[in-house]
Amino acid sequence: MSTNTQYTFKDFKSDQQVRWCPGCGDIAIMNAIQKAMAQLDIPIENYAVVSGIGCSSRFPYYMSTYGFHGIHGRAGALASGVKCANPNLSVWQITGDGDAMAIGGNHFIHEIRRNIDLNVILFNNQIYGLTKGQYSPTSLLGQVTKTSPYGTIERPFEPGELVIGSQGTFFARSIDNNLNMNTEICIEAEKHKGTAVVEILQNCVIFNDGAYDYLTDKEHKEDRQIYLKDGEPMIFGKNKDKGLILEGMNLKVVKIGENGITEKEILVHNAKDPKPYLQLMLINMKYPEFPVAFGVIRQVEAKNYDMVLHQQIAEVKQKSPLKSMDDLLASGDTWVVE
Amino acid sequence: MDNSKSVIELERVVIKFSGDSGDGMQLTGTQFSETSALMGNEVSTFPDYPAEIRAPQGTVGGVSGFQLNFGNMNINTPGDYADVLVAMNPAALVANLRWAKDGGTIILDIDMFTEKNFEKAGCSENPLVTNKLTNYQIIKVPITSLTKEALKDLDLDNKSVVRTKNMFALGMVYWLFNRELDYTEHFFEKKFKKVPLIVEANKRVLSAGYNFALNLQLIRSYRVVKGKIEKGRYRNISGNVATAWGLLAAAEKAGLQLFLGSYPITPATEILQEIAARKDMGAISFQAEDEIAGIVTAIGAAFAGKFGCTSTSGPGLALKSEAIGLAVIAELPLVIVNVQRGGPSTGLPTKTEQADLLQALYGRNGESPCVVIASSTPSNCFKYAFEAGKIALENMTPVILLTDGFLANGSHPWKFPTMKDLPEIKTRIITQQTEKYLPYQRIEGTTIRQWAFPGMKGYEHRIGGLEKMAVTGTVSYVPENHEVMTYERKRKIQEIAEQLPLQEIDGETSGDILIVGWGGTYGHLLTAVSELREAGQTLSYTHFNYINPLPKNTADVFQGFKRIIIFEINDGQFYKYLRSELPQFNYLRYNKIQGLPFTTSEIKEFIIKTKEE
Repeated sequence: MSTNTQYTFKDFKSDQQVRWCPGCGDIAIMNAIQKAMAQLDIPIENYAVVSGIGCSSRFPYYMSTYGFHGIHGRAGALASGVKCANPNLSVWQITGDGDAMAIGGNHFIHEIRRNIDLNVILFNNQIYGLTKGQYSPTSLLGQVTKTSPYGTIERPFEPGELVIGSQGTFFARSIDNNLNMNTEICIEAEKHKGTAVVEILQNCVIFNDGAYDYLTDKEHKEDRQIYLKDGEPMIFGKNKDKGLILEGMNLKVVKIGENGITEKEILVHNAKDPKPYLQLMLINMKYPEFPVAFGVIRQVEAKNYDMVLHQQIAEVKQKSPLKSMDDLLASGDTWVVE
Repeated sequence: MDNSKSVIELERVVIKFSGDSGDGMQLTGTQFSETSALMGNEVSTFPDYPAEIRAPQGTVGGVSGFQLNFGNMNINTPGDYADVLVAMNPAALVANLRWAKDGGTIILDIDMFTEKNFEKAGCSENPLVTNKLTNYQIIKVPITSLTKEALKDLDLDNKSVVRTKNMFALGMVYWLFNRELDYTEHFFEKKFKKVPLIVEANKRVLSAGYNFALNLQLIRSYRVVKGKIEKGRYRNISGNVATAWGLLAAAEKAGLQLFLGSYPITPATEILQEIAARKDMGAISFQAEDEIAGIVTAIGAAFAGKFGCTSTSGPGLALKSEAIGLAVIAELPLVIVNVQRGGPSTGLPTKTEQADLLQALYGRNGESPCVVIASSTPSNCFKYAFEAGKIALENMTPVILLTDGFLANGSHPWKFPTMKDLPEIKTRIITQQTEKYLPYQRIEGTTIRQWAFPGMKGYEHRIGGLEKMAVTGTVSYVPENHEVMTYERKRKIQEIAEQLPLQEIDGETSGDILIVGWGGTYGHLLTAVSELREAGQTLSYTHFNYINPLPKNTADVFQGFKRIIIFEINDGQFYKYLRSELPQFNYLRYNKIQGLPFTTSEIKEFIIKTKEE
């Protein structure tokens, strides 16, 4: 790839008017992705932004890169096709909690299982926005929506659990209003060779407004969020005095300086641990018992499908006696009629 | 019989091998076909097997058959009725007796004719007793015990011994028709290179069968005369492999890499298997998680500049419908191969039918025209798969290629082309930029857009499933624009008729009756028409490979006839289509929906009956 790519985030904006609702979390996420792309050393023509259906899936139209707005739920398959066709591309799959967790659930788990080198940006607003307010697979149990007027009776998915269950190699979580964290994580995702799933908690101002207020509320956010970084202790809180320890098989929030707890007892985040058990516990931390985990929670190395695919093709092609269609047509048993 | 040792010369012979699905009848049939083809005969085959991999042993449901027709010339079908029927057990006899020709020969493994097996076959008594078999020459051979006898000094377990009994039957039939054993012997030497004992066992049983027939004074030996076949280099090919190769050939001609996204489904799976093996020629095969991902990955690959293809059968085509619409609106090149089988729903997975025509033409939401073409012989699946690729790549459109279970599994010798015999394929990849690239700007004088894909600098653009503004390709909800775009997409497909060969008539260009077929019924219709002509009838026949658009002279072809009979393996789908496209003509129809190809005799009967009306 070229090293002379000097872009600003503005270079990634298309001339199309952005039609998301004023105040929609999608706008902030797009800004972060454009900032990340400008910082990455990739020529603009090598970016392909692919989506399914939903509010967030309009994303490609607002980008100046190559873009393909697909059909509902199939963003994962579309992105897989693009990347396997040309592994030199940087392929970004923009999807939502309906697109990826419901109608496209099958493609989601299989792209992760194959570990295709994609950046999957999962906009999780816990609601169906484009169809105007029905519950999604990540809506909270009991949530009242247009199709659950008496409260949902379905247990929600935790996207990170599906990633781990599909042998995922990269999972990060972020939140729409944190531009810097989003930008950093998107850069990490692009650098990861394999399927990088980034769940971004995103506020829908119209149909599920305030779903994440408990996390973004200025007064409390530092006590309710933990930004995990590989190799750093799991400390959080306004005064940086809270941390996570393991007690038996479970995580526990402790206060540094109380009950003899010192910084040494606090767990150190290991995103590179191939064993996903602790990462799974971090993914599942819920307020109010725990802070919600953000940052790159899992990042392990494994061969990515698209690379192996093209390596295998190159290897068998080199060994094959069939160099052209004419060779193939005349291969095996043939005979001449005089 | 006094003439037992005389050799009778025949022009064509139909053989049907039948037995339990585990008895190796498909291998037996394939070996006979390939040997005959190598010996200079024309061959046409029809494997007929159950959907279950191993249905309960000995039952009628578990009977697997392989029918083949070979002869000196004009072998266009696997034949209606068998001159020789091999039945490895009572169930095979019960299932296939109706396909044995009057006066034909039936070879039975008499060891298998036991009370227990009668019961499994659903017979209360011995079917040899309950059926009137006086019209046949019945040859009862203790195949199982003779096989065991032949291998008694080999250190082989009973299961492996019994598994070779199909070779005993094949050996007998080889003698009966003066076939050479080398091709099959060589096949075993290659296939079981690492297990010499198995090679030895199969070769030994094959010759034991051959020698047994030679020594048996009851059967006559036949010689099928070598064909007067067109000069050239030949090979055997099945419809599915020919389809895969046609796609590969189109990719090579176009200078593109092939990408096949597909999901296994009977009877189309072999196409995916063949392309997967052709990674050694640079093809990308992607076994997707489902039918939808199969086509959508192919669309993604087309967006990224590859020759995207997907292969499936009826239920899979239904699942792909929405994605075909995406390729229609995105105006990307794509080939969708649909190997038709009996429907609806899961229907008859291993049986043939032509009942997906209307689905291919109309089975999508919105005004969603796409090209539909059909192949008509196993080997011309190559030609039409190539054509499908050419049309898709030159016109930036999805093309549905219809084959069927009969063509897919059938095989025959094929005088194969070389690549220089095939026409050029000119892709629409943009080569020079004049101004800003606009994805829906039409190439002058056409309705075709130009192709630019990720990685190409300066052509960055967005496409997708939302309606696009003409020329610029931005999202548009302008009412008039939707109509403009709908007609542009329609016109693009209609204008493809200009690129197609004219529809030809076999026979007089005017008269009382025109026989019409499309797709996989070609061999049977051609044979029926030829046989009626030999019997002194005057007939005209035309067969369609291009369905949408129809060849532009179709109305002129129909013009000359008072009545047009459409023969199809469905409930009249092409008939309905022609009545809507060309309502001015008088159509009659003959349909069969039994999961089976036509027989030439039923076609002939219907034509004669109609002529007399």
